[in-house]
Amino acid sequence: MIRFIFKGLLRDRQRSLLPVLVVSTGVFLTVLMTGWLTGIFKDMIDVNADFTTGHVRVMTQAYAQNETQLPNDLAILGADDLTAELEKQYPEMEWVNRIRFGGLLDIPDSLGETRAQGQAVGIAVDLLNPQSKESERMNILRSIVQGKMPDNKGEALISEDFAVRFKVQVGDKVTLFGNTMNGAMMFSNFIVAGTVRFGVAMLDRGAVIIDLSDARNILDMQDASGEILGFSHAGYYDDEQAALIKSSFNETFTKADDEFSPVMLRLRDQNGLDEYLKLADSMSFIMILVFVIAMSIVLWNTGLLGGLRRYTEYGIRLALGEEKSHIYSTTMMEAVLIGIMGSIVGTVFGLALCGYLQTYGIDFGRVLDNSSMMMPQKFRAYITPRLFYIGFIPGTLAMVLGNALAGFAIYKRKTARLFKELEV
Amino acid sequence: MEKDAIVSIKNLTKQFPVGKGHFTALSDVNIEFGVGEFAGLVGPSGSGKTTLLNIIGSLDTPTAGTAMVMGQSISDLSHKQSALLRSRHIGFIFQTFNLLPVYTVYENVEFALLLQRMNSVERHKAVMEALEWVGLIDKMKSKPSMLSGGESQRVAIARAMVKKPKIVLADEPTANLDSKNSHHILQTMKKLNKELKVTFIFATHDEKVMKYLDRIVNLADGKIAADERITDHIKA
Repeated sequence: MIRFIFKGLLRDRQRSLLPVLVVSTGVFLTVLMTGWLTGIFKDMIDVNADFTTGHVRVMTQAYAQNETQLPNDLAILGADDLTAELEKQYPEMEWVNRIRFGGLLDIPDSLGETRAQGQAVGIAVDLLNPQSKESERMNILRSIVQGKMPDNKGEALISEDFAVRFKVQVGDKVTLFGNTMNGAMMFSNFIVAGTVRFGVAMLDRGAVIIDLSDARNILDMQDASGEILGFSHAGYYDDEQAALIKSSFNETFTKADDEFSPVMLRLRDQNGLDEYLKLADSMSFIMILVFVIAMSIVLWNTGLLGGLRRYTEYGIRLALGEEKSHIYSTTMMEAVLIGIMGSIVGTVFGLALCGYLQTYGIDFGRVLDNSSMMMPQKFRAYITPRLFYIGFIPGTLAMVLGNALAGFAIYKRKTARLFKELEV
Repeated sequence: MEKDAIVSIKNLTKQFPVGKGHFTALSDVNIEFGVGEFAGLVGPSGSGKTTLLNIIGSLDTPTAGTAMVMGQSISDLSHKQSALLRSRHIGFIFQTFNLLPVYTVYENVEFALLLQRMNSVERHKAVMEALEWVGLIDKMKSKPSMLSGGESQRVAIARAMVKKPKIVLADEPTANLDSKNSHHILQTMKKLNKELKVTFIFATHDEKVMKYLDRIVNLADGKIAADERITDHIKA
């Protein structure tokens, strides 16, 4: 019987084409929007994790409370020992030291006088150690616009936008002004090894990236670090794993009466990312619900029109001895078949566009120019295994629901009346 | 009940609600049809022919009285039981053929057997046999839109006959056919009636059909006005 119904569907385009189009459009939008939102949230979380929060982050309690001020005077002392301890106790994570600092970048003229000055957000990472994965993690190599990676002490990368604005060339000498850990004034010269553009507005305005050892040197932070970041070896954020490590670490190391004792935070505890993660979790459900309701209404009407058109057929089938419940169940079967066909078509097109958006993305750079959030400028989609089946839920559900409502009206009609409509 | 009666109607009345009142389509009808009869309900439009045919076909129920078909009271049948009666024992032939347009000739005939969940080998055998009866083997892959009126009605006959029913109900089967095709169709039905001992009951006012009938039941205003058995002598 299913084969028979399937043949009918394929041959009667009026019966299948419009519903398939409606279902495939809804499924296409579901897959596309889910893929795109997943991509945006993933990128946002990845950018935050890679540049700021890690999958977990260790700071002193005092530093954590004033984190927005980058208070390196409250940094972790004995950072190397603590890192070694973390590596020993939690080998499932890679632990890295980072120092973030604020300052001024001074651009001298040929006489050594100040030609231009701009605010700089300094990030010190382990650049020179060949074993370090930091440059890969922060995508530095691919973000270089001009020049090269620093391969010597005293070299820095500065943001391309900053370089263009202040006409700084690769190889120029720049001076970094700021405060040491102890509050003394600091200034130090760096050679610009290259310029970078990360595609994150907040960083692209004025980032200066130097090696961790240089930062420790100029900021008087020997054996100290503002932050120790932990990244899962699996490469993605696992909230359950992060929660376990956080709980274990804080039980051992955090002391309520010592504000300089270290404290660990999960990614979702930071930068308001908890809300984003919750939103990401519920977004697919909300979208599926919206599409199921909208498509059901359309398909209900389509089913009603189709049902009216098929009154003759239903009458013939009744006369041939088919039960009303069987006719009703075959319309449900048709709905499932159309739902599956539409879902396949919609999923294929949705995945295709997601694939394009995953590769190229859409640039929202101008909108985000003044954003203080760690957000990528290009919003990309992200194809996950879930996208291959998620569209089938609204696709088949809406079609079955629409046909069930439409078919119910026919089912309620009296046999004799339905049959009478055969007469011409 | 007559010894071989396959249909037995007693004191049957059928009324349809019209506004606050009702319209009486059949009034106190008493009639029986035996196994293998080739009979016709004859009368003008509105005389109750189709209503009686629908009740015999268990598509409708009497308002009063009884309609027994193959020993089963139509009024007492559940939806499921009446569907089963139709699918196993009653074939319908319509004025407008009513073939399923998206399916081929073969599939239209096969559909009646799909409902009986017959296996595919037996189904194929039965469909081919039915198409052979009506001489449409060569058109089995054609769609109804490619057939003439006569061919379409022959497909409808094959569809009604493929399940080897006990009763075939034909509502104005020749109304849309020319004279030549009408005779061809009636000859086919007559042959099947003789060979398979199937009871044929027609609703018609076509003179051409009447010539083939063995029995003519005249209906007027929902009542039986005359019930005449035609012998070969009279036909001649």
